[in-house]
Amino acid sequence: MKLPGVREFSWREVATEARLLLIGIPVFLWTMIPIYHMFLFAISPKEDAFSGKLWPDHPTLHNFEIVFKQQHYFLRDFYVQFWNSTVIAASVGVLTLFIATAAAFSISRLKVPGGRMVLNLALFTYFIPAAFLAVPMYRTMGNYGLLNNHWSLILAMVTIASPYAIWVLKQASDKLPVELDEAAVMDGATTLQIFRLVYLPLMMPSLVAIGTYAVLLAWNEYLYAFLLLSNDREITLPVALGNFLAADDSPWELLMTTGFIYALPPAAVYYAFRRYMVGGLTAGAVKS
Amino acid sequence: MAITLSGDQAIPAPPLSSRLTPAQVWGIILLAPYLLVFLAFVVYPVCYGLWLARAPENYVALYNDPIFARAAVNTLIFLVIGINIKMLIALFLSGFFAQQRTWIKWLSVIFILPWAVPSIPTILSVRFMLNPEWGVINHLIFSFTGDDGPNWLNDPTVALSMAIGVHIWKSLPFWTLILITGRLAISHDLFEAAEVDGASWWQKFRYITWPSMQTLYVTCTLLSMIWTLGDFNSVYLLTGGGPADLTHVLSTLGIRYLRLDQLSLAMASIVCAMPFVLPLVYFMMKRLSR
Repeated sequence: MKLPGVREFSWREVATEARLLLIGIPVFLWTMIPIYHMFLFAISPKEDAFSGKLWPDHPTLHNFEIVFKQQHYFLRDFYVQFWNSTVIAASVGVLTLFIATAAAFSISRLKVPGGRMVLNLALFTYFIPAAFLAVPMYRTMGNYGLLNNHWSLILAMVTIASPYAIWVLKQASDKLPVELDEAAVMDGATTLQIFRLVYLPLMMPSLVAIGTYAVLLAWNEYLYAFLLLSNDREITLPVALGNFLAADDSPWELLMTTGFIYALPPAAVYYAFRRYMVGGLTAGAVKS
Repeated sequence: MAITLSGDQAIPAPPLSSRLTPAQVWGIILLAPYLLVFLAFVVYPVCYGLWLARAPENYVALYNDPIFARAAVNTLIFLVIGINIKMLIALFLSGFFAQQRTWIKWLSVIFILPWAVPSIPTILSVRFMLNPEWGVINHLIFSFTGDDGPNWLNDPTVALSMAIGVHIWKSLPFWTLILITGRLAISHDLFEAAEVDGASWWQKFRYITWPSMQTLYVTCTLLSMIWTLGDFNSVYLLTGGGPADLTHVLSTLGIRYLRLDQLSLAMASIVCAMPFVLPLVYFMMKRLSR
């Protein structure tokens, strides 16, 4: 007799579950091992870290203390570099949003002549691998006299972030009904008023997604940062992390601790805005 | 008075502002910031770079540089083998993550971590794991077998494979996420009908899933190939191009020439990649601007 409410397990279900676990466990391990290894180093004293232990004998927060008190040669400008990363990421976010929103509004809503061509040029830039543009960009920034100046990295990252931003925002604004603009014009709204009072509020979710995209792109950038900035007090955190490798006896436990601190903000931002990111970015990333 | 048809003698055009509506004037003003950025930081660098790479001697020098040939081959291996393995795994995992289970939902949140965190610390973490003396992998090998493990990054084949592995680790979540979106867009009725007809999982994949996902899959593969050409971090931070400059790919090679102050060679190596890049870019633009 079957008891109501008690779920019966058939062998088939158990086998399916087992098969799924057989995939799930390797996926979990594969994903977590490099991150766990980083975390392990951050909480290990040097001897434990270098002896290949899977858990330190004496877990400690001492490494964090050294980083936050800047008590190591490689870390003497930690706060300055953290601040540089923050300022550059924020500037890239703001500038990209400004440039891309204006361009998307102009192309999609105002139907500016030649807008289609500008969009294609932007799309073309988006597909050219950024590492290929880095070489001429380095030289160009030298010609402009911007090397070792934060503006060089900010402008380079805006150049890289804008094409995708324009494209996603253009797609999003095409979806807004034309009648909105027409109604606003009937009511005597100027173009700028439409932009400010109609367009921007309706575009908010896409703007959040694009702003996050640009900020993360700039925060995570290594190649351009290490080409364009070299002075210890001008560089961003990832360049400082790369500089750890300059010494033969690098303090890896401190490198991993700093790396862990550096990785936390983008991870937090990503998870906080995941809702927007998944909707706003994946839809734009690949349209089939 | 006869008006000739040649341009310079035609009636002077009315001033620009009177031909454009106020909305169009605003359109041009709002488009101007991007155009300025584009001219100053894309058009000018590209033209300047092409001008630097104009001399044929550069290409002769590249042709004679064994590191360049090696880098070209490595890039091809990275793209053809690495990307296809990655996309096949992503396709497989998209089916796994589309299962409705609470624990799989949680796993998918964790699975996205490599994409959400910056690549520098995680790649360096892998690099230390592979350290022959102190890395955890060789420690484990020693404690199980009593033998010293291999010097992983000292063998070009292994080192390049590891760089490909790091690349897959980093970007697999992104592509899986996109393929999941594609999979979830397939009508569930089709699968239910197939279930009633007693279709095997392979038949379901072959006749329902794949036909609806193949365009997306091919687009993703091509896009990933284009972007991977610019993947500098996976190789540079793991192997630094070594041992003996045998694991360079085109993106790290360009930077290597740059650091050696051979800017024209750096540009020439990029120009050499263009015959492969431009058709892919053209194809992607066609596809995306439909």
